[in-house]
Amino acid sequence: MNRLAITLAAASALALTACAKKPPAQLPPAPQDTSVPTDTGPSTSGPTPGSEEHFKSVMNGRDVIYFDTDKYDIDSEDAAALRQQAQYLLQYAQIRATIEGHCDERGTREYNIALGERRANAAKNYLVSLGVPAARLTTISYGKERPVALGSDEAAWAQNRRAVTVVLQ
Amino acid sequence: MTLRLATTLALLITAAPVAAQQVQPPPAAPAGAPAQDEGLSVTVTDESAWQDLQVAIPAFATDREAPTPANSQGTTALGLELARVIYNDLRNNALFRPTGPDSLPKPGYAEITAPAFGAWRGRSAEDLVQGYVRAGADGRLTVGCYLYDVALGEELTRGGWVVQPSDWRRAAHKCADLVYSRLSGESPFFDSKIAYIAETGPKNHRVKRLAIMDSDGANHRFITNGQATALTPRYSPDYSKIAYVSFLNGYSRIYVYDIGSGRQTLITQSTNPTFAPRWSPNGRTILYSMATGGNTDIYSVSASGGGTPRRLTDSPGIDVGGSVSPDGSKVVFESDRSGNQQIYVMNADGSNQRRISFFGGRAATPEWSPRGDLIAFTHIVGDLRVAVMTPSGGGLRYLTNDWQDEAPTWSPNGRIVQFFRTARGSGQASIWQVDLTGKNLRRLPTPVGASDPAWGPVLP
Repeated sequence: MNRLAITLAAASALALTACAKKPPAQLPPAPQDTSVPTDTGPSTSGPTPGSEEHFKSVMNGRDVIYFDTDKYDIDSEDAAALRQQAQYLLQYAQIRATIEGHCDERGTREYNIALGERRANAAKNYLVSLGVPAARLTTISYGKERPVALGSDEAAWAQNRRAVTVVLQ
Repeated sequence: MTLRLATTLALLITAAPVAAQQVQPPPAAPAGAPAQDEGLSVTVTDESAWQDLQVAIPAFATDREAPTPANSQGTTALGLELARVIYNDLRNNALFRPTGPDSLPKPGYAEITAPAFGAWRGRSAEDLVQGYVRAGADGRLTVGCYLYDVALGEELTRGGWVVQPSDWRRAAHKCADLVYSRLSGESPFFDSKIAYIAETGPKNHRVKRLAIMDSDGANHRFITNGQATALTPRYSPDYSKIAYVSFLNGYSRIYVYDIGSGRQTLITQSTNPTFAPRWSPNGRTILYSMATGGNTDIYSVSASGGGTPRRLTDSPGIDVGGSVSPDGSKVVFESDRSGNQQIYVMNADGSNQRRISFFGGRAATPEWSPRGDLIAFTHIVGDLRVAVMTPSGGGLRYLTNDWQDEAPTWSPNGRIVQFFRTARGSGQASIWQVDLTGKNLRRLPTPVGASDPAWGPVLP
């Protein structure tokens, strides 16, 4: 996991800072292979390539990036995930995606909408810098209104400070 | 006697749907009233003197029992309900020491203008609220309200209102406002409404609906059906419209809902996210926040629609919210241009922006008091607490101390602050209120979970 992050950070001229952020405790394990499968196998009952379900399955957790409290910068780990997203989006050139920005519950409602918008835009700008046409990407901020982790502790908040890329059908 | 009373009433009441209260100019403060406390930068009147007044509120009388749409049992029963509403207004807000109609004798119609002072003295009442209700030939109700000083045996003030049967509670609130104003010297606040967000469902699938209610929780109504998340409503100052944020169709955008027609209009045609709507006190302009490429700024647009929005801030940070001072000259708002959320003041045209919060932590959601003397806000140091400060940033004072209290809104008279409290873990939200003194903290009864209260002005 660490080796992978370091490799990607070195590979990417756009990676901003070293990974100073602890990943959320319940983050799914990183995939072993960072390349996007070009062939999903013949006529298996798996999701249709280019679909939301397929994207999620291929990303294996890397459809989501995480942020520190009040922050919206893309660190090396985020950059690795976004590179993988970009590869997918470039491979399936017909699909569009929206990036949802989210915050933890420990802030005021309106500021969190603005902060979630910042986070979604940071992710979008990074994807655009990797060659994904901006016209195919939209953003929306849900602020603190749609948590995925339901606890009121640091582990839950770390999972909720996120930007989620969702492929539109 | 009956005839004399009727003549008095004719003088009291105008023919308008809801007549303005015909009250004599406020008399001088009663003997023994506390002087204004100038000691603190925050002027909090010493309330102990009037707070302890024993106020008796017997059932309102009726000239003759008559059917009315306001009460299935007729005007006698309605008279009892009117007194109960007044009693609950005062009791729930910890104002005075009221005694309600259910434990008092029922004065007859003729007694309303000629109280049995001796009997009330025997009950240790210091002030007495009596009134009557009459059903007119056109179905409208006439409600009279009289406040007496029992010891002196004198009338202190009176008011009268003609209302549609559906507005009978407003007449009771007007009477409560009259009593409160006369005895405390403060401005009225009961005859007002609250818009808020009703919340149901689990934390990760919470349904958020726009809802409205009277200041005492009555006449509750859901406005939106919950299919799209609704947030942060604000009543227009004349109560004809509500501006709020809806996530309809995958955008967060401000809609203005017209209560009369049910029609909704977008505040701008932009597909950029718009949020944090705020009316100016005169209702002519709406402030809102809009994010463009991740950067949020505050804009001003004509409330009547059609005008070109004016951008008031241009910092690369998040500038959000905003509350216009009562005189319309300034705006207090929130910005993280310094690195985290702090509170700033600017002129209404966006000029002369300056930070006013310098006490550590983060400061958010500023709301200017209708009296102009204070700004309520959310102070964040780990926990979120509701606090007040002066418009120059001095006199920080906490009103609450809990895990997460946010988004204060002022009572129309600037004496009470409402806010919403979120429970740790469950995320259950509820509306609370607290006096400016920090006392009398209480939860408002709502049918389901509740957040984002927005208290409107006193109705005319």
